[in-house]
Amino acid sequence: MTGARPASNPAAVPALEIADLAKSVPGRQLFAGLTLAVQPGEVVAIMGESGVGKSTLLNIVAGLDTPDAGRIRIGGSDLAGLDDDGRTRLRRRAIGFVFQAFHILPHLSLVRNVALPLALGGGDGQAEAAAMLARVGLGGREAARPAELSGGELQRVAIARALVHRPSLILADEPTGNLDHETADRILALLIGESRDHGAAAIIVTHSERAAAQCDRVLRLGAGGLAPANG
Amino acid sequence: MAEPLLPARPALWLVLGEWRAQPLRVAAAVFAIAVGVALGFAVHLVNQAALASFAGAVHSVAGSADLQIEARTPQGFAESLYPRIAHVPGVAVASPVVEVAATSGQIRRPGSGGTASGRLTLIGLDPFRAVAVTPALVGVRPGRDGAAIDGVYFSAAALAATGARVGGPVTLAAGGRVWETRVAGRLAGVGRAVAVTDIATAQWRLGQLGRLQRLDVRLAQGADPAEVTARLRALLPDDADIATPAGEEARSDSLSRAYRVNLGMLAMVALLTGGFLVFSVQSLAVARRRPQFALLRVLGLRQGALARLVVGEGLALGIAGSILGLGFGYGLAAAAIDLVGGDLGGGYFGGARPVLAVTPGAGLAFAGLGIGVAVIASLLPGREAARARPAVALKSGADGDAGARPRAWPGLALLAAGGLAALAPPIAGLPIAGYAAMALLLAGGVAVMPALARVLLAPWQAMRAPVPVELALRRLWGAPRGAAVALCGIVASTSLMVAMAVMVASFRGSVDDWLGQVLPSDVYLHLEGVETAGLDPAAQARLAATPGVARIRFQRSIAIRLAADRPDVQLSAQPVGATGPVQLPRVGASATPPPGEVPVWVSEAMVWLYDARPGTRLTLPLGGRKVPVFVAGVWRDYARQFGAIAMADEDFTRLTGDATRSDAAVDVAPGADPRRIAAALTARLPPALAGQALVARPAEMRAVALQLFDRSFAITYALEIVSILIGLVGVAATFSGQTLARAREFGMLRHIGVTRGQVLAMLASEGALLGLVGGIAGISLGLVMAQVLIHVVNPQSFHWTMDVSLPWGLLAGLFAALVVAAAGTAVIAGRRALSADAVRAVRDDW
Ligand SMILES: Nc1ncnc2c1ncn2[C@@H]1O[C@H](COP(=O)(O)OP(=O)(O)OP(=O)(O)O)[C@@H](O)[C@H]1O
Ligand SMILES: [Mg+2]
Repeated sequence: MTGARPASNPAAVPALEIADLAKSVPGRQLFAGLTLAVQPGEVVAIMGESGVGKSTLLNIVAGLDTPDAGRIRIGGSDLAGLDDDGRTRLRRRAIGFVFQAFHILPHLSLVRNVALPLALGGGDGQAEAAAMLARVGLGGREAARPAELSGGELQRVAIARALVHRPSLILADEPTGNLDHETADRILALLIGESRDHGAAAIIVTHSERAAAQCDRVLRLGAGGLAPANG
Repeated sequence: MAEPLLPARPALWLVLGEWRAQPLRVAAAVFAIAVGVALGFAVHLVNQAALASFAGAVHSVAGSADLQIEARTPQGFAESLYPRIAHVPGVAVASPVVEVAATSGQIRRPGSGGTASGRLTLIGLDPFRAVAVTPALVGVRPGRDGAAIDGVYFSAAALAATGARVGGPVTLAAGGRVWETRVAGRLAGVGRAVAVTDIATAQWRLGQLGRLQRLDVRLAQGADPAEVTARLRALLPDDADIATPAGEEARSDSLSRAYRVNLGMLAMVALLTGGFLVFSVQSLAVARRRPQFALLRVLGLRQGALARLVVGEGLALGIAGSILGLGFGYGLAAAAIDLVGGDLGGGYFGGARPVLAVTPGAGLAFAGLGIGVAVIASLLPGREAARARPAVALKSGADGDAGARPRAWPGLALLAAGGLAALAPPIAGLPIAGYAAMALLLAGGVAVMPALARVLLAPWQAMRAPVPVELALRRLWGAPRGAAVALCGIVASTSLMVAMAVMVASFRGSVDDWLGQVLPSDVYLHLEGVETAGLDPAAQARLAATPGVARIRFQRSIAIRLAADRPDVQLSAQPVGATGPVQLPRVGASATPPPGEVPVWVSEAMVWLYDARPGTRLTLPLGGRKVPVFVAGVWRDYARQFGAIAMADEDFTRLTGDATRSDAAVDVAPGADPRRIAAALTARLPPALAGQALVARPAEMRAVALQLFDRSFAITYALEIVSILIGLVGVAATFSGQTLARAREFGMLRHIGVTRGQVLAMLASEGALLGLVGGIAGISLGLVMAQVLIHVVNPQSFHWTMDVSLPWGLLAGLFAALVVAAAGTAVIAGRRALSADAVRAVRDDW
């Protein structure tokens, strides 16, 4: 493990708190009794076999999927107490998402893509988006179309979009899965660095040991829940 | 912070982005709405303009009369009624009027072009009375005061109809007499072709001594109209009736009402088709953007806001389409008035030239309809978008469609409801339920498409086919909803098109047959403007003695009024044989009259309008009396929508005391030349009637009648072409949209070794299969809807029935065109998707 581990502050509210989470899909239990707390500024890597339920876990945390049992608190608010609109608002306010497949809207310029989370809240967000683009190394390309960008550049746009509204929790599902090693390393460094700078907690699902090594903590998902990965 | 229902900025970005990316489909949807709105608005504008000009014409002739006492037959009533009416308490002024149809010069057949038809209405007035009631009709000679009528005053339309000039000579023929006179002046502000003269002159010149056709009555101030009407009614002879302005309006309104409502409904049907197209476009757009929408949900767009976004897109389409449609509609209305006149070819408003006037209310109403249709058509796709699970949709490539077993019952329920609605009676004399039935059938037909597509595709599953066809089949089978959405627009427009085509073909075929039945003779002679005096027995004998005439049958037609608020009914004297009138095509049952009763045979419209079924009795105003007659049978008549009654020649003469005749049907002797005989007959006419005669052979009459038929259906044909266009644009838009969205799939197929040609062949097969399924379903549905038009809508609107005849050639051509168009557009769109552009499309995530 590399990088500075943030000082544990027991008084602070964890950015994310999962307790006794269980989820099954037709025919099989994915996990049960899953418990996790992530502090602000902490970056956690989650690894595991394909099909073990990593994406499902992230979806549940984001309120896009429902667990069978257990409790999730994000920045102190309990997901279970929120209806779909409430979860959506929470997502818009507190969560930033990065996907393996980038998911940049093709018809919008880069700056508008990045500004989306703020615009969805009724704001403008273009100034913040331009600043964020500059931070991820795409300054001056605000008006470009997604089709004019490479895969690595697209993922930078996605990272800018995940951070522009200053969320307290970043969820990244194999953010470097579509990129070559070098690009992947740089993108991941960017994601981790920006999260820390913004004081956001981050969960990064990855299959790459190299990627996991950059995080504060590495956990492995199995049927019994999350366990620390050792070597 | 108050949260917006729909964040405006991203909504705008997304809508504009989508429109930039899919301009063809957006244009198709906008066009579809625009066409529906344009047609509805145009029909409305033309109708309003025509009604206004017609009402204006009625008003200038009726003036400020509070009520009119009208003759129920053209013979009029005895003028001795006038002093008795004038002295009724509560009557301020009564103005006696003589009014007869007149001609000038040689009349021309309607539709033969030109404005100089030679027909006008001659009115005789007592100027001192009339100036108080109908001042517009009292011509004032230039440079002279006072209200004496000296000579004949012509309205502008009358001058045009006769070709006469103010101050010039004119020859008028009416009532079997010819009157050489001069045009003394012009009547301003009278729209109809009217000539006005002094009442005494008119009675003398027109053989109307002692008769009046009308008394225009103005009530004293403070008089109770109901009370006065009751007093007047007590004085009325059997051949006069009281008409109020309201009744007059109802009568002129009912003249063209069914026709107007039908055109309006057709326009609404076009709008409905547009709605289905919007639904199809929106559903596809939602399906294609499922991952984009999922992303927005992940980024924090609420479910409701997403639904509102899709509906908002529909709203924008609707607004754009409606604005365009209002513009088109105005242009269309102006063009229609120029080309076919204010009756839209229906022949209801002779002569009057209407002026278009836009009322903002109507514009808003039609725009609202267009917008409403677009919004409603977007509701379901919007709900669909909101309900999609974002986590699932974001997994790339998920169709969200697989395995969904389509349900048939909602569609079947709608179809059943449509069937029930078709059985309902007319509402307010209009086939409202019939149109509801059409709409329900259409909605039901479209709703069963997913299930039906499976049924229709099932037989092909077992078939061994080349790879491209196989792939096409699998895709259509595996994504029934996607296929159904593509089919929805095809089925909607095809079925409406087929329904209208079958109805018009059946109507035309029936009219053609009917013409053959009612025109069995070799030569026909018709006299116009002879309602009060036609061919007397001596003239009849002279015509019958024309060499080469084997047989001649005389007829007489007069207009009689059975109800004050309904258009006149035509009563004709006919040669009657042992089984009834020899020249009329009978339909339905007949009844034998009890001894001593007068039998009549009525047209189908009489049954609808006056409940004159065989075996019942009618009362006719004949010879100044109310004569009870017995309905002995029904015949088919496509010429008089408001009813016609036939009675035996002898009965007519006996009951009316009128032995003159207005028409003759001539069978020529074997070997004789009908043309020569026609000329000989004309030569033997009394000189006073020669100008009023039209002689024609059945072939010409048939041609003219069918030409009039086609003219009155010109708008229908135009609507049909428009719905074909909408349908094909819809097919093209649907396919190109679906195909472009599948660029990745094609890239993948190419990678696993499917050739470019095979991909195109697959697309062509898909298109052809969809065209095939859509064609079969659309034509079947259209045939069912045609039955509603033929057996419900037409009888309820126009009071006539028709036999079904199918335009096989047209249907086959339509079917072929549909399959070819579907396959063709699929291939064209496929070429685009496979072109260089596609490389980028494959790299896109969406
Ligand atoms: N909608 C669904 N219905 C049924 N089963 C599902 C559904 N979504 C996911 N699963 C199952 O849940 C399991 C976990 O899926 P998930 O996508 O979370 O795996 P993962 O750990 O992210 O795998 P990978 O590393 O390949 O992305 C899989 O076995 C999958 O089959
Ligand atoms: Mg996964």
